[in-house]
Amino acid sequence: MTQRTLIAAALIACAVTAAQAQQQADPNVNHGPKNPTESGLFPGGNVPTPDPTGASYDGNLRAIAAGKQLFSEMNCTGCHANGGGAIGPALMSGHWRYGGRVDQIYESIAQGRPNGMPSWRGTLQPPNMWDLAAYVKSLADNAANPK
Amino acid sequence: MLSLTKPGGPIKWIYKPDPALAAQGVACCDVVNRGAVYSKGKLFFNTLDDNTIALDAETGKVIWKTKLGDINKGETITMAPLVVKDKVLVGDSGGELGVRGWLTALDVNTGKIIWRAYATGSDKDVLIGEGFHSFYPSDNGKDLGIHTWPTDAWKTGGGTMWGWIAYDPDSDLIYYGTGNPGPWNQAQRPGDNKWTTTLFARNPDTGMAKWALQYNPHDEHDYDGINEQILVDMEVAGKPRHVLLHPDRNGHLYVVDRGTGEIISAEPYGYVNSILGVDLKTGRPIINPAKETKLGTVVHDICPTASGLKDWNPSAFSPQTGLMYIPHENLCMDWKSTQVNYIAGTPFVGAEVVSKAGPGGNRGEFSAWDPIQAKAVWTIKEDLPLWSGTMATAGGLVFYGTMDGWFKAVDAQTGALIWRFRTGSGIIGQPVAYRGPDGHEYVAILSGVGGWAGAVVSGDLDPRDPTGALGIIGVMGDLKQKTATGGTLYVFALPQS
Repeated sequence: MTQRTLIAAALIACAVTAAQAQQQADPNVNHGPKNPTESGLFPGGNVPTPDPTGASYDGNLRAIAAGKQLFSEMNCTGCHANGGGAIGPALMSGHWRYGGRVDQIYESIAQGRPNGMPSWRGTLQPPNMWDLAAYVKSLADNAANPK
Repeated sequence: MLSLTKPGGPIKWIYKPDPALAAQGVACCDVVNRGAVYSKGKLFFNTLDDNTIALDAETGKVIWKTKLGDINKGETITMAPLVVKDKVLVGDSGGELGVRGWLTALDVNTGKIIWRAYATGSDKDVLIGEGFHSFYPSDNGKDLGIHTWPTDAWKTGGGTMWGWIAYDPDSDLIYYGTGNPGPWNQAQRPGDNKWTTTLFARNPDTGMAKWALQYNPHDEHDYDGINEQILVDMEVAGKPRHVLLHPDRNGHLYVVDRGTGEIISAEPYGYVNSILGVDLKTGRPIINPAKETKLGTVVHDICPTASGLKDWNPSAFSPQTGLMYIPHENLCMDWKSTQVNYIAGTPFVGAEVVSKAGPGGNRGEFSAWDPIQAKAVWTIKEDLPLWSGTMATAGGLVFYGTMDGWFKAVDAQTGALIWRFRTGSGIIGQPVAYRGPDGHEYVAILSGVGGWAGAVVSGDLDPRDPTGALGIIGVMGDLKQKTATGGTLYVFALPQS
């Protein structure tokens, strides 16, 4: 019923008369790569250095608490729930479409992403977005290491 | 959009509407499209980024394209349009994003907007004027679309129209229901919140309303009124009546006089505890005070859940049996309202919900309903919620699909399973029967899980968060073990007689 579905339907033979179709029940079948960066190619071997600002926010309890409050106030919960996802993807699964380092999460929040993630840099100041990034990263960190 | 010449045959043409990708970020409950409509050589459909498009059905060439909304206000379009005479009728989605709901009529030949009826605001905007008379007193009054809200809350109050429209050529009226009020947190919007969750009867040429019936004044549970209305003529207490049958999200099967808007009966078609009954004197549900939602407090075991005893997927009526076939859910929920800020283009919800299975543990039911006796004749229990449409055939069969991929045909009289086939993914499509150009009879179904109830699979959500996907993950966490994403059109040929 999705537009994806309709297009896919065209690519698959339509008449089904024979054996029952096989179920594809591998729960990981739709996941992307586990820890992508923006690119895995670095011309000349020159790997860029992540934004050093992130280090002071990553795992910082003050930043995580402030980010949690913003996450609710900016209606992030409406799209990502408490990390499980809704309109937007899950944030606790450890699978990141656009990178799971705190600086990569920051860039996703600031710039937005093409498939529906809004760009917040016109609305929020950088320290707020770093707090949010720290909280979002903590959702996956906590899910991977439950206390 | 694609055109197929015959089952298994080549594709005749493909049209790619290329909707704005960002629209996916404001579509509340997965990225869905409920269908296209054909009329006199043209094919009409809507895109998620708020366009209505008319194609030449022979060639796939665009005849016109009209933009009706703005994704930066949270507006999307997911419904299937309806053509009535020389107009295409289209409504918006976005009841979880603080949009203002509307239904619009466009000229079939040019795409020009002829009228737009909002669901909130002044009578002028709602197209209420002379000749408007509702059956119940609380549905009559001046500018109720403003006065039944706190100041200006109607501007972000929802009342979208993402479901089904019915047209009665005898009375020349269209019938449709509007969606939930926003936000879900009812504490932020005291009042009846008209005209959300409201059945309207309107003149299709002018859009002017003849009457209205608000199913759920001041809705507290996300019980949209957008489900189908099936137009039936039947005997009530020995008299022939022109009625419409509407299985509401609130769990009651409304039999409504389609001339006046009077409720003839409204009985529960499954397990309900949030509403104690529908008062036929006032037309209003009697709310169970123990199941009213509260700010900051979790209210447990509210039935039905937010997606309703039944969501969008249409039921069917068989003139042979006189029965209505209802594919529905059996889900309850825990609900805590939270304060929410309006930020245009972001979710405006204000609730944390966790859904769970209803009594008996089966999450879905398929009920054959006698609208005259107002009771179920038989019910098939299904493990998963039913999110597919239903079709009744002249051959005495009823078809529906399950979210783990079974496409089933049951006996319309008894409900006995006659045939089933496991498709490659869960079914949320709508069965279609047709006679092909070769004279054969075919039954078609799209297989590919998704929608609100299937979002955990289609959106690859994390089942460890029961509040995910507006709380439905709480009861759908096992779906990833039962099915995977799909996208296949299955066409079955009936044996030659």
